[in-house]
Amino acid sequence: MSALGVAGGVLQAVVIVGGAPLLLGLMRQVRARLEGRAGPGVGQPWRDLRKLVRKQSISPRGTTEVFRVAPVLLVAMTLVVAVVAPLVTTASAVPPVADLFVVVALLAHATVVIALAGLDSGTAFGGMGASREVTVLALVEPTALVAIFALSVPTGSTSLPTIVGTALDDPQRLISPASLLAAVALAAVIVAETGRLPVDNPSTHLELTMIHEAMVLEYAGPDLALVELGSAMRLSVYLGLFTSLFVPWGIATTATPLALALGVVALVVKVGVVGAGLAALEVFLAKLRLFRVPELLAGSFLLALLAVTTAYVLG
Amino acid sequence: MTTPIGTGAGRIVSTVPADALPERAAALLAGGARLALVAGHDDRPSGGGLRTVHLFVQPGADLRTELHVHLDPGRPALPSLAALSFPAGRFERELRDLFGIEPVGHPLPRRLVRHFHWPRGWYPMLSDAGPAPAFGDPDGPYPFRPVEGPGVYEIPVGPVHAGMIEPGHFRFSVVGETILKLKARLWFVHRGLEKLVEGRCPADALEIAQRASGDTTVGHGVAFCQAIEDALGIDVGPQAHRLRAVLLELERLYNHVNDLGALCNDVGHGVLNAHAQRVRERLLRLNDQVTGHRLLRGAVVPGGAAVVALPDPAVLARVAADVAEIADLALGHSVVHDRFAGTAVLTRDQAAELGTLGYVARASGLAVDARHDHPVLLDELPRAEYSCTGGDVLARFQVRREEIDLAVATIAALAERLDGPDHRVDPRDRPGSGRSGVGIVEGWRGTITHRVELADDGTLRRLKIVDPSFFNWPALPVALADTIVPDFPLVNKSFNLSYAGNDL
Repeated sequence: MSALGVAGGVLQAVVIVGGAPLLLGLMRQVRARLEGRAGPGVGQPWRDLRKLVRKQSISPRGTTEVFRVAPVLLVAMTLVVAVVAPLVTTASAVPPVADLFVVVALLAHATVVIALAGLDSGTAFGGMGASREVTVLALVEPTALVAIFALSVPTGSTSLPTIVGTALDDPQRLISPASLLAAVALAAVIVAETGRLPVDNPSTHLELTMIHEAMVLEYAGPDLALVELGSAMRLSVYLGLFTSLFVPWGIATTATPLALALGVVALVVKVGVVGAGLAALEVFLAKLRLFRVPELLAGSFLLALLAVTTAYVLG
Repeated sequence: MTTPIGTGAGRIVSTVPADALPERAAALLAGGARLALVAGHDDRPSGGGLRTVHLFVQPGADLRTELHVHLDPGRPALPSLAALSFPAGRFERELRDLFGIEPVGHPLPRRLVRHFHWPRGWYPMLSDAGPAPAFGDPDGPYPFRPVEGPGVYEIPVGPVHAGMIEPGHFRFSVVGETILKLKARLWFVHRGLEKLVEGRCPADALEIAQRASGDTTVGHGVAFCQAIEDALGIDVGPQAHRLRAVLLELERLYNHVNDLGALCNDVGHGVLNAHAQRVRERLLRLNDQVTGHRLLRGAVVPGGAAVVALPDPAVLARVAADVAEIADLALGHSVVHDRFAGTAVLTRDQAAELGTLGYVARASGLAVDARHDHPVLLDELPRAEYSCTGGDVLARFQVRREEIDLAVATIAALAERLDGPDHRVDPRDRPGSGRSGVGIVEGWRGTITHRVELADDGTLRRLKIVDPSFFNWPALPVALADTIVPDFPLVNKSFNLSYAGNDL
């Protein structure tokens, strides 16, 4: 546990928690402007969270502890990833946890916890949403593992900080076929896992078409605030990981305040640009028919598999 | 005895005994007639009993045949026509709920219009029904038919929805994501409109009639006024008919544009909806300039129609160009096209047997259109040729799009032949004496039928309104068989039926 790791971990947690709702607000604002609407402003998700936190806490009759602890677990698991993953610095506060498999497992766990809460609510929508989400999850997780694994092959380690550090030392590797294939596969994973178009429509009010939102329909007040915050953090963490893996420049390698500050600025700029780009791209997309989603995800898995093969063959 | 009923031109009225009704109805239906309306009447205040009126209309020839049946108020019963015509069976259930008239031999005599909380034995349309009673003594739970089997589960939705839409409860029986059966439970918005207009003069009743469904102000307004004019024997002349036709097309325009945008929005392509809403707003402002009301209220009156100004053809041409671009972008998008094509097919046979109307019928290849079946303007309105009649969501999208182009062209053509914004005759000096009238109009959603009977002092004794939604609602569950649950909102929007117009 290095000083850089601890300082970075604290910074990362603060940046992700504080910035995740702003990223969501930025993406909504970009979309609104591109559609010719005024938009509610970048700060709207934070205002929504403030409103929800002030509300009374209620939970539906018949639900168990699973329903009540799920929002906390969602935020907690995502927070652990936010602390240990190489976002601001290449050093990790808890290096053993910054492993490829641990990080992916933690993020998948958070999804499973919310799916269980959806089932626990006992409503048709909760069950329906959970069933759809788990279907997507089952198709997405192998892709995520294999894609990042392709990046770890040249490094010979599954530790994320090591992978990022190696990429910094040898930037040419980033434009290798393996890396590019993995980038595309991982982008599909992020879109599916964070419920963006064309897999899920984050702005719909139509209960019957929802995937992620259907599971959390029964939440209200502070619990809903946690769920919303957790979802926003997942999006930020995924985009942060993506940029660290494929555009690692600016990430802090020393514990000087200047390097850390630069790391934070780089993270914010990179994630902001990627997020805005994703939102702009979404304007041109429509939502796939539910039964076409597996085809998209199978395609991304194929790319990930090719990335691993290429990594071994081309070294 | 009941007061004799006078009729307008082109309408044959005959009183038949109850036993003879099925035979007469079968002969009319076999001759190509359509059952347009069934109304119950309580003639007890004027010394009669209960009476039913079946209105059959012959498309093309515009021949209207009414069969009146007088019933014993002590035990009102009517032989069911459900075996002859599906809509007849629905009308009979409505009669049973509102008047207590028993359809003898009906295969499924369940409640239809009847609100869950109306007390047993209370029939709101009877003359002695009195004011609405307190809720109580309901008829037992609503009979949903459970679907059983491994993996089958139910999804209940509504009647309160997340979006700004009308109340309706949908019960899906689903296996995986595939819909096995959908039961739509509507009828949450009964306002008693037909009871409210009783005893009002036509001008006051119009205010209520044109609010039967908020998005069909002109359609219901014109149908009501035509019925009144039919009863009073007024010929408003071609200029007033042209002006009304212009208003009907304006109403069709803004609603169809809204639907095109909403269909894109339901597949997650929001940018096209944003632009469709911009075009709709442009049209609403045009409506405001034309009539002084964004939803076109107040322009149509008994005796004619009057507007502030005729619509600007240049604005409409720009709207048509914008809509064409939006529709092209939508159908050129492979995912949007994939979501529309082949989704929720309503076959031509199904559409015909259910008696569907409007764009739903036309998208399934039926040529049902009151502008040509019951014309008021001979040879002035062009007949549309539809390119896409597969009965799926894509066809319903395309039919709307082609009707938008046609509406713009029609308005431009009619405006050239109009010689001013005001064409009214005063209907007040013509006291009706027990006369009846029928108005049939192609509203934007489909054929609207109104039938009025006037009392001796010229006030309304009875108004029966039939919105096309009444015919089209049963088609939605039929089209949805084997569709997947996430496609339901899209399919529902492609039908876009009225809950309020359905449940008066």
